[in-house]
Amino acid sequence: MITASEVMRTLEMFDHQHLDVRTITIGIDLLSCADPDPRTAAENVYEKIVRTASALPHVRDQISKEFGVPIINCRIAVTPISLVAASSKTENYTLFAHAMQRAADTIGIDFIGGFSALVHKGMSVSDQKLIRSIPEALSATKNVCASVNVGSTRAGLNMDAVAMMGSIIRQTAALTAADGGIGCAKLVVFANAVEDNPFMAGAFHGIGEGESVINVGVSGPGVVKHALERLPDHASFDLVAETIKKTAFQITRMGQLVAAEASRRLGIPFGIVDLSLAPTPVTGDSVARILEEMGLETCGTHGTTAALAMLNDAVKKGGVMASSHVGGLSGAFIPVSEDEGMIAAVRNGTLSLAKLEAMTCVCSVGLDMIAIPGDTSASTISAIIADEAAIGIVNNKTTAVRVIPAPGSKVGDEISFGGLLGSAPVMPVLNASSEAFIARGGRIPAPLHSLRN
Amino acid sequence: MFSPGETHPNEMRAFITVLGRDRRGIIAAVSAKLLEYSVNILDITQTVLQNNFTMIMLVELEDPSVTIEQLSDAMDQVADVLGMVIRVQREDIFDSMNRI
Repeated sequence: MITASEVMRTLEMFDHQHLDVRTITIGIDLLSCADPDPRTAAENVYEKIVRTASALPHVRDQISKEFGVPIINCRIAVTPISLVAASSKTENYTLFAHAMQRAADTIGIDFIGGFSALVHKGMSVSDQKLIRSIPEALSATKNVCASVNVGSTRAGLNMDAVAMMGSIIRQTAALTAADGGIGCAKLVVFANAVEDNPFMAGAFHGIGEGESVINVGVSGPGVVKHALERLPDHASFDLVAETIKKTAFQITRMGQLVAAEASRRLGIPFGIVDLSLAPTPVTGDSVARILEEMGLETCGTHGTTAALAMLNDAVKKGGVMASSHVGGLSGAFIPVSEDEGMIAAVRNGTLSLAKLEAMTCVCSVGLDMIAIPGDTSASTISAIIADEAAIGIVNNKTTAVRVIPAPGSKVGDEISFGGLLGSAPVMPVLNASSEAFIARGGRIPAPLHSLRN
Repeated sequence: MFSPGETHPNEMRAFITVLGRDRRGIIAAVSAKLLEYSVNILDITQTVLQNNFTMIMLVELEDPSVTIEQLSDAMDQVADVLGMVIRVQREDIFDSMNRI
């Protein structure tokens, strides 16, 4: 029997600690939509997405009401479009992005991901067409997200793709200059991308997945912070880790229940719960503030990497038993613009790009939602991607880069994206050139898996 | 596939929480509405602390044609009249988050 205090504590999490299910994401296989006529293929894409997912918003509302659990977003992830469009006779894949947007509008969902290409070893003709279409596709649509996987632990790092992505990011920023380069907020460059991630902008439906699948992402930095606040001062890390584990268990159980219920009602198999601690720009929903609660004056100071490593590990340990299948990106996210504490730490000069890079070695997922000066060169952006990808490839983890070189912006400016994307102070990058390094092209070989040091 | 009318056994039990300033007739108003919807009360905990009224009820829906969603809408009307916050939530959310 649940006690009155358990009921009240649970309600408290929803009411005052911003506990929510961040997203129910339906993954949809689109390989069956391929057609030599691009217009037919795009129409197939639209039709299949709508047919599979049209009940999602209604089911979300029902579940949210019955359980009293806020469910923030409904999203869709599709098979990488570079595969779906490969047989179509066209040079420009933007019409597929339009079909995705149209489906998103018809159903009434928040984001649709999968305008993607997997090029960790090499780029097919179709992959190249897709990548070249990204700037136009992201500027012509509102809710479509794109991702490109440029490296993997098994294949190494495709430096030709890395070089290309630096300039694609700049072009995307230029085409969406009027909105602070918001196109770049919908574009992620991955290493070791996962096939069942429910979070945007990097969600796509992997080719190892079935016809359709339900993946759920939870959120809950506020609940973790609140649980730590209740500990006695000077509580040891043993106790801190235990507390985080227990809290992560509760958060994940909620996600599992919602996922199982959504799966049953939609008649779509349950895939995974993603155990991520995903912050929002709202005060009280910040990962940075959890790290500060552990005793750091400001996130980004010495000790931050260790604190984050512990948090990330404890979240996984607590969450893994609470769900029948855990997957996706599972870990603590550190998107700068979406985390009120991170924004404050950048503003006061404590949190730098270099420290963020170090932090990504021990958490999910990478350099995320970071505004950099508008005049940052394509080769510098490529070099940032290469560094981040190398961390993922060598350490056998997913890493990603989502940077926004907002046109005309300078260090200290503030770029606002609105909603869950928040606002970002423009951070400095180093001025010394990486041009010759990026110009080499080719592939950085896959790392050795023995003699690990 | 879920179809209307088909109910899962654990969709029949819910926690109702009533929070707000204490006044006369709260329990009367809430339980009258429950009777109207054929809802059986299994357990009640109620406290008043510094004029703040808190009541937690575990209830069971006995009429299969009444859904938690409908009960929740009906309770919203009671909440408006009383000027309180009333929530109806399925029991399993509390179970799953607080029990292994």
